[in-house]
Amino acid sequence: MSVDKDTVNKIARLSRIAISDAEADKMVGELNGILAWVEQLGEVDVTGVEPMTAVISNKLRLRDDVVTDGDVRDKVLANAPAREGSFFGVPKVIE
Amino acid sequence: MTDFSRLGVAAIRDGVANGEFKAVEVAEALNTRVAAAKALNAFIVETPEMAIAAAQAVDADRAAGKPLGKMAGVPIGMKDLFCTEGVQTTAASHMLEGFVPTYESTVSANLWKAGAGMLGKLNLDQFAMGSSNETSYFGNVISPWRRNDGGSAALAPGGSSGGSSSAIAARLCPAATGTDTGGSIRQPAAFVGISGIKPTYGRCSRWGVVAFASSLDQAGPMARDVRDCAIMLEAMAGFDPKDSTSLDLPVPAWEAALNSDLKGKRIGIPREYRLDGIDEDIAKMWDNGIAWLKDAGAEIVDISLPHTKYALPAYYIIAPAEASSNLARYDGVRFGLRDLPEGAGLQDMYAATRAAGFGEEVRRRIMIGTYVLSAGFYDAYYTQAQKVRALIARDFENAWASCDLILAPTAPSAAFGLGEKNADPLSMYLNDVFAVPASLAGLPAMSVPGGLDKQGLPLGLQIIGKALDEQAVLNAGLAIEQRSGFTAEAGEWW
Repeated sequence: MSVDKDTVNKIARLSRIAISDAEADKMVGELNGILAWVEQLGEVDVTGVEPMTAVISNKLRLRDDVVTDGDVRDKVLANAPAREGSFFGVPKVIE
Repeated sequence: MTDFSRLGVAAIRDGVANGEFKAVEVAEALNTRVAAAKALNAFIVETPEMAIAAAQAVDADRAAGKPLGKMAGVPIGMKDLFCTEGVQTTAASHMLEGFVPTYESTVSANLWKAGAGMLGKLNLDQFAMGSSNETSYFGNVISPWRRNDGGSAALAPGGSSGGSSSAIAARLCPAATGTDTGGSIRQPAAFVGISGIKPTYGRCSRWGVVAFASSLDQAGPMARDVRDCAIMLEAMAGFDPKDSTSLDLPVPAWEAALNSDLKGKRIGIPREYRLDGIDEDIAKMWDNGIAWLKDAGAEIVDISLPHTKYALPAYYIIAPAEASSNLARYDGVRFGLRDLPEGAGLQDMYAATRAAGFGEEVRRRIMIGTYVLSAGFYDAYYTQAQKVRALIARDFENAWASCDLILAPTAPSAAFGLGEKNADPLSMYLNDVFAVPASLAGLPAMSVPGGLDKQGLPLGLQIIGKALDEQAVLNAGLAIEQRSGFTAEAGEWW
């Protein structure tokens, strides 16, 4: 499988990363190089093999359904690039 | 007067405990060395006052007759991937420049509780993505090592824990934290002639560590000898309910149980690691390692890990896939950089923020990850890679039927020059060929110095162990350390 410039632009859009035309051109070659290389995984016979889900077998624990955290609004907001009062500020999304 | 830069973790801990010197004297001496080594660019932020405060607390505890922790009085470097409360944590990215966590990572908290102090936050590859420390937004870290050709070419300290490796090799700190996703502790340790261990996945909590690929990320210590690694790993490890993959197991007394007598141990030599065209210095070092382990009483057996050649391509699907998901959190809203072009809406803000905040390699990996997880390609790439990963883990399981440990080189080459491998991302990826299989299988693996190559640069030997058997890995590392006679160090040119 190989990607063209349209695909690169689509991946960039899905990734929410703005790219210029020149960057997209460059990325076509780089992604195709990497994808051609990982293509070799297709040679491996994986009949009957389950995809790995955990490297070390471990049970997911359940904890008691009680409040263990919270009431730290200012800490949560401390690194907000555009705090507005007790909220995260974002550009207007509804006209 | 004691040259504190020559003391390791054990020597500082014991010297402080025995009253031979004060912890504050050590912290002051190392603060001075850190401040004088700017040319290496190993630190992003220096925190001399924190090193002094921690040392003063240890000295006061000792004076009051209180029990001292495992790392009492030992100043260390903290890879800038661990969140430190009140101290900027960047993952070496523009995205997190100025980010000051309001909480402390579990691993760093464990270290402070054990009496360690922080000299500063160490440079790394951006979001731990890289093998040469050339992807940091804060500039390249320079290795203290130089080739023996009389030149002054700047060499890579390895990556991603390149600030850690450079600082330890330059004796700015006796030890530092590292994290290893696909070799990021072991390869830099090998490049600068120090030791480092990635424990079994789940030993060290990932809570508060900036995430790269969560099924692979694992913290571990880097230091100048095996004992120091054992001490520091004990302080870092332990169950943490805040990390769902943390192992609920007691932390073994690795230091107390160190024993380099390997009688009864079988060491596997994987034939697939003997690549065509393997560097002859690497091959010779590997043979030396085999001889040293034999001398320590171990039996050497040939083994096969048939899926080895597929480990790297599987890794370069799985790690970017997880990264693309983990790094979705950087949206310019809650923390980190925001780039809001004039008149832009929310979607444009996300795209502009992420274009400005992520470096080239990070953007490349996010895009690869996004592609392999996208509709129509998921099974062909991601599911296939996770199946191959299961086969790689099974290779190791099968190998354990005939051996207890595996010995291999850590990296296929000595340190390369900065800029030498930048042109093609693939050639950089290939440097992790020996390190990645153990990461994919979650196994403990360590690099210890194995000798110098023709250029006078360090090479590393890697020991891979069974899950949870860090002790056997450390013991074999100690056996090599006692026989290799590795005392070479970088000349102090900076």
